Amino acid sequence: MADVLAADSGTIGEPAVNISIFGVFVLITLFITFRASRNNKSAADYYAAGRNISGTQNGLAIAGDYLSAASFLGIAGAIAVFGYDGFLYSIGFLVAWLVALLLVAELMRNTARFTMADVLAFRMRQRPVRMAAAISTLTVSLFYLLAQMSGAGGLVTLLLGVSGEAAQAVVVTIVGALMIFYVLVGGMRGTTYVQIIKASLLIIGAFVMTVWVLGKYGFNLSALIGGAQELAVEGRDVAAPGAQYGATGTSKLDFVSLGLALVLGTAGLPHVLMRFYTVPTAKDARRSVVWAIWLIGIFYLFSLVIGYGAGALVGPERILGAPGAVNAAAPLLAFELGGTVLLGIIAGVAFATILAVVAGLTITASASFAHDVYASVIKRGNVPPNGEVRVARITAVVIGAISIGLGILALQAGINIAFLVALAFAVAASANLPTILYTLFWKNFTTQGALWSIYGGLIACVGLIIFSPVVSGAPVVEATGKSPSLIQDVDFSWFPLNNPGLVSIPLSFFLGWLGSKLSKERPDELKSAELEVRAFTGIGAEKAVQH
Amino acid sequence: MTDPNERRLLTPEEYLAAQNSPEFQDLKKKFRAFAFPMTFAFFAWYLLYVLLSTYAPDFMATDVLGNVNIGLLLGLGQFVSTFVITHLYVNHANKRTDPIADEMRERLEHHDYAGSRGTDTQGVTRG
Repeated sequence: MADVLAADSGTIGEPAVNISIFGVFVLITLFITFRASRNNKSAADYYAAGRNISGTQNGLAIAGDYLSAASFLGIAGAIAVFGYDGFLYSIGFLVAWLVALLLVAELMRNTARFTMADVLAFRMRQRPVRMAAAISTLTVSLFYLLAQMSGAGGLVTLLLGVSGEAAQAVVVTIVGALMIFYVLVGGMRGTTYVQIIKASLLIIGAFVMTVWVLGKYGFNLSALIGGAQELAVEGRDVAAPGAQYGATGTSKLDFVSLGLALVLGTAGLPHVLMRFYTVPTAKDARRSVVWAIWLIGIFYLFSLVIGYGAGALVGPERILGAPGAVNAAAPLLAFELGGTVLLGIIAGVAFATILAVVAGLTITASASFAHDVYASVIKRGNVPPNGEVRVARITAVVIGAISIGLGILALQAGINIAFLVALAFAVAASANLPTILYTLFWKNFTTQGALWSIYGGLIACVGLIIFSPVVSGAPVVEATGKSPSLIQDVDFSWFPLNNPGLVSIPLSFFLGWLGSKLSKERPDELKSAELEVRAFTGIGAEKAVQH
Repeated sequence: MTDPNERRLLTPEEYLAAQNSPEFQDLKKKFRAFAFPMTFAFFAWYLLYVLLSTYAPDFMATDVLGNVNIGLLLGLGQFVSTFVITHLYVNHANKRTDPIADEMRERLEHHDYAGSRGTDTQGVTRG
C-alpha cells in the first residue's frame, strides 16, 4: 500500500473516481439550486432565504458554513503530525460558539435586516458606521475566501492528479465559476441547501472514518494514541502539548494570541452572523446555534480520532512527504482504510466543503456591498425596489472574479491555508466583535467609539501582520532552504507574533471605550431604547416572507 | 405587513416607555444574570486550559488512563462544558426570559406602552 501512495505521480487513489463523485454532488446541488431559485423575488429572499429556513436546517447550514477545508483537512492533519497541539485549534473553534449563543445570535436576529452593519449603525450616525462595518466585512470575507480558493487549488494537486500552475489555475477558476453560479441563481436559499447537503455528507463521512479507526484499535482511545506514538516524529510525545508551539517564549505567546483570536473571532464573522437572519424568529436562531454547537462539537471529536488515526495508520513521515503535506492526512487515511472508493467520497466531500463555504462568503460580501455601501452610503436609501439585489448580483460576480484571481496568486505563492483563516478570525475578533458587544450591551457607546473600535482594530490587526514574521524576516528553514515568510530575503518585521490578536483585540475594546468617552455627541437615547427593546423582545423583527 | 397588529409602527416614546417598564428591567436582569457570569466562566476556563497547555506542558502530559493524559481529559472537558452550558442556556431562556419577552412583544404589538410616559413604570393599557 505504501508503495502505491508514494507513486511518482504524487496523487493518491483514482482521479476519475474522485472527479465523478464530486460531479454527482455538483449536479444534485445545481438541480436543487434551480428549484430554490423559483422563489427568489425580493431582497429578503435573495439575502436571507425569505427567513424561512428552520432552526434545525440552519444549524446544519451553519455547520456546513463553518467546517471549512481548514477545519476538516487542517485540524486532522495538525493532530496527525503534531498531536495535541492540533487538538487545541478545534477547542477554540468550538468554545467560540458560546459567545455567539449567549451574547450575539438572538439579539442580532431581532435587530438586523440583512447585514452586520444594520445593527452596528442602528443607533449611530448611519453612513460612517455602515461604511466602516462594510469595509471590515469585506476584509474578513476576502481573507477567508482567499484561504478557501487557494485550498481548492492545493486539494486538486493531491486528489485529481492535476499538477502544474496552469492546471491548478483552471481548477480554481472552475470552483469560482460554480460558486458564482450558485450565488447568482440560488441566492441565500440555494447556498443554504448546498451547505446543508455538504454538512450532512461531511459529518457522515467523518463518522464512518472514526468508527473504522476506533474499530481497528478495539474502541480504545489509549491504544490509538499509543499507535500514533509509535510512528511519531522522533522524540515527540503526541499526547502532550508543545510539539508545535512550545519551542520558545515567543511561540508560546503566539499560541495564546491564536487562542484568543479563535475564541473571539467566530461571533464576529459576517458570514456566520448572516446565517442568523435566515430563520423566522430569535428562538429559531437559538435553536440553530444549539444544533450547530452539537454538530460542530461532535465533528471535532471525530477529527481527533481521524487525526490520531492518520498519525497511527499513515504516519507523519508519509503525510509530510505527500503533496499537500499536513492537509493530506485525512485523504491518506481514507485511502488506507477504504481504498479508492472511500478516498473518492472524502475527496468529493472536501470539494463540496470548499464550494459551500465560498458561496456563503460571496453572498455575505456582496450583500454588505449592495446593502451598506451602495444603497445606504452612495444612494442614501434612494434605490428602486430591485436595484439593491441587482447590485448584489453584480458584486457577487466581481467578488468571485477577484477571489479567483487572488486565489491563484495565493496558491502560487504557497500561502498556508490555516494562516489565512486564523488571520480572518483575528480581524473579525478585532474589528467586529468589540463593536457588536458594545452596541448590544453598553448604552453610552457612540458613533466615534464605533469608528475608533472598527478602524482601530482593523488597522492594528492588518498592520501588525504586515510587520510580523508572516510577511518577512522569519528565519530560513534548513530543510527547504526557504523562509516561511511571504517575502523572501528582506526583513522589515518588528512585531514578533504571527497572530496579532493578543494586541489588537484588547486595543479595539479600549479604543471603543475611549472614543465613546471622548466623544462630544451624546448617544441617541430614543434609538438606543428602540434597539434594546427590539433586541430583547423581538418586536419589530423582520418576518418570514410568505409565498 | 398586513398583520393587523402592525398597522401602526411603534413610536420612539413607546420604545422608551417599554424600556423603562419594570418587566423589561426584569427581562434584562434575568438575561444578564445568566449570560454575563457564564461568559466569564467559560472564557476563564478556556483561558486556563490554553495557558496550562502553553506554560505547564509537563503537568498536562501526566498520563491518567493509559496514554490518555490530563491535557486530553481537560480538552475533552472543554467539549463537555460547552455542551452543558448550551443546555443550561436553553433551559434558562425557555423558563426565565422567553415568557417575559413573549408577553412584552404581545403588549407592544397592541401598543400597550403608548399611553405611559418614560417615567411611568406601570405601562398602563390604554384603549
